[in-house]
Amino acid sequence: MTDSTPHSSHTPATGPAVGQDEWVARHAARGLLPEGPLRRVEERLRVVPWWAWLVLFLATMSLLPVVESSGYVRRVGFDTVLYMLLALGLNIVVGWGGLLDLGYVAFYGIGAYAYAILDSDKFGIHLPTIVAVPLVVVIGAVAGFLVGLPSRRLTGDYLAIVTLFFLQLFQTVMTNGDSAFGHNLTGGPNGILNIDPLHLFGHDLTVQHQGVFAVSYFYVALAFFAVVYVALKFVNASRTGRAWRSLREDPLAAEAMGMPVNWLKLLSFSFGAAVAALTGTLFASLNVSVFPLTFYFVLLITVYTMVILGGSGSQPGVVAGALIISPLLEMLRDPGKSRVIFFAVLVGGIAVAARRSRALGITAAATLAFGFAAHEIARAIDSSWVSGERGGGFAGFVDHWVIHPAQLASWIPPVSYVGLIAATLGVTLLHGHRRLVALVPTLYLAAFVWENVMLSKPEPARYIVLGMILIALMILRPSGLLGERRVEIV
Amino acid sequence: MALLELDGVSLAFGGLRVVDGLDLRVEEGEIVSVIGPNGAGKTTLFNLITGIYRPEAGDIRLDGETIVGLEPHEICCRGISRTFQTLRLFLNMSVKENVMAAAYGHTKAGIFRSMLRTPGMRREEREIEALAEKRLAFFGDRLMGYRWDQPAFSLSYANRRRLEIARATATNPRLLLLDEPAAGMNPAETHEITELIGTLRTEGGYTILVIEHDMHVVEGISDRVVALDHGIKIAEGSFETVATNEKVVEAYLGLNTATTK
Repeated sequence: MTDSTPHSSHTPATGPAVGQDEWVARHAARGLLPEGPLRRVEERLRVVPWWAWLVLFLATMSLLPVVESSGYVRRVGFDTVLYMLLALGLNIVVGWGGLLDLGYVAFYGIGAYAYAILDSDKFGIHLPTIVAVPLVVVIGAVAGFLVGLPSRRLTGDYLAIVTLFFLQLFQTVMTNGDSAFGHNLTGGPNGILNIDPLHLFGHDLTVQHQGVFAVSYFYVALAFFAVVYVALKFVNASRTGRAWRSLREDPLAAEAMGMPVNWLKLLSFSFGAAVAALTGTLFASLNVSVFPLTFYFVLLITVYTMVILGGSGSQPGVVAGALIISPLLEMLRDPGKSRVIFFAVLVGGIAVAARRSRALGITAAATLAFGFAAHEIARAIDSSWVSGERGGGFAGFVDHWVIHPAQLASWIPPVSYVGLIAATLGVTLLHGHRRLVALVPTLYLAAFVWENVMLSKPEPARYIVLGMILIALMILRPSGLLGERRVEIV
Repeated sequence: MALLELDGVSLAFGGLRVVDGLDLRVEEGEIVSVIGPNGAGKTTLFNLITGIYRPEAGDIRLDGETIVGLEPHEICCRGISRTFQTLRLFLNMSVKENVMAAAYGHTKAGIFRSMLRTPGMRREEREIEALAEKRLAFFGDRLMGYRWDQPAFSLSYANRRRLEIARATATNPRLLLLDEPAAGMNPAETHEITELIGTLRTEGGYTILVIEHDMHVVEGISDRVVALDHGIKIAEGSFETVATNEKVVEAYLGLNTATTK
């Protein structure tokens, strides 16, 4: 049958093939690179099967501890794999099921606490790993099912509120669980300590080896990831996966086409929770302790950011999201790297926008010139205004551009911060050339605020940078990095 | 015994009686058209049969067994499938997946078998795929070839209507409910749909209940026509008898027209 259709991957760029809708041809062509060697490389890469990509990815990841001996970097690598697992689990509920589950990290917490209770000195229970981990996964799945039960008739905002309450409930119960009916069940705010490490193939997995993060956990986490990824990939291509995505697209039509929508919702909740609980066992056994505040809103938002940035619904997408966000958040802790990332995002944003309008490119150049001019004028008036210089490299360059007093008057941070917000709002109100002209001092003010105010406060600053990246992505690629283009049902 | 039997089915939204004491019989292999002005209760009738609404009174039987109170997906599995007046495709899924998804009700592979890709699961997947290809092939080359992997939102309006019919038939129904299959189609496409509905019966073996406004289509396909107005059956019979029925003309055109004519 396929032979009779006039389709090949080499659709001429000049026009649609015979019998092909023009619209479809244009839609397909938009996703292609322009003719040339890059396009040919892309076409070659397209035929590489998914499992080959996965093997390549796992091989690259497993090289990390080999090339990097720093315990810190290895630890960040391990955390990134945990985030990849969490993102895969959330993708079941949000990306496929289309259910806004804001209680997701509670299941991660349930997994961690369940492992902590089953494998620690707390109650003197020390189940073997091979029993404890599957048991925790089952506990997670059951918890997901139970939370799903009252929520199965809820959609959208209502479901979001109920699941958010569940996260709060989990939080409250764990924090006050040190005096539940007169028993100390969860250790309250002090958490549970002295959790057993994982025990596989007759060996305890050591967390520290000669004072440095041991790599065994990293490889175990990577193995868990590989198994979960492949299992979910297969599920997605099965009748259950298709039914989940149908449910996301149109629950009523799915129900009318013979799919038990309520049951499918429970299933997706349950499987998402099971993956989160599995990740929880890795977390608890590595950290040797669990505390209630780990499983809270910041973590929830971080995992959601990964799923949305990578492309909700796409497995490689959410993994890429975790792979970008997790190290990025770590790098943003360090002022030097944080500065580079901030300016890279700023310049990248302007560069991408300038591709669409040459005027924006000129604006960027004007901003650069504006900065040098402002810097020199400030130096001429009072040299103490630019005295906070910090030496060479990129920081040195920035110091010759941004006004950076050694001693900041106390009124400067709030005034400049509020000024930046006002200027940004002002820019959005202006149009045409005026907007571009107003953009020049606004961009400079942003750099000033970043250098003088935000850099000394890395904790809010890193989430602000994350917000900037998300806003840029929302404009450029609403469906996420690797997400398929989506349409809303109208 | 008729395939589908409705006895005194009633439903009210607040004070508005949308369907009022409706009796209806659809025999195996029949094509029955439901006509009536806007708001007559035609789509509500479909929603009652497919279980989206539950009747307040009366009984609906498929093959002599009552289906009142069953969930819509259970009714679908008993053999009633439908299309929607306002298209409700799974827009962000591929054309083929839209049809494959509808095979859920009569396939079995569980989630764990899918994770392991057992031989039985893979065999079933091949069967589902073959079924989908067969259902799509029903529309000639309109939904074939490269279109299989296109997302459903890239289809033209007429092709979306065709895809909805293909999806509905993938549930392997005995009774097919088509809600305005020719709405928004040009004359050539309307003609094609008319022939298609005939072919659905002869080749697919489906019993068909169809809501249609286009009288040419109704005339071309119907064994029997049922006219509704304000939720009440005002006429039933062959196209000619219903089309010339005074009450029907009155419902469509108003009382004066009917009397002065």
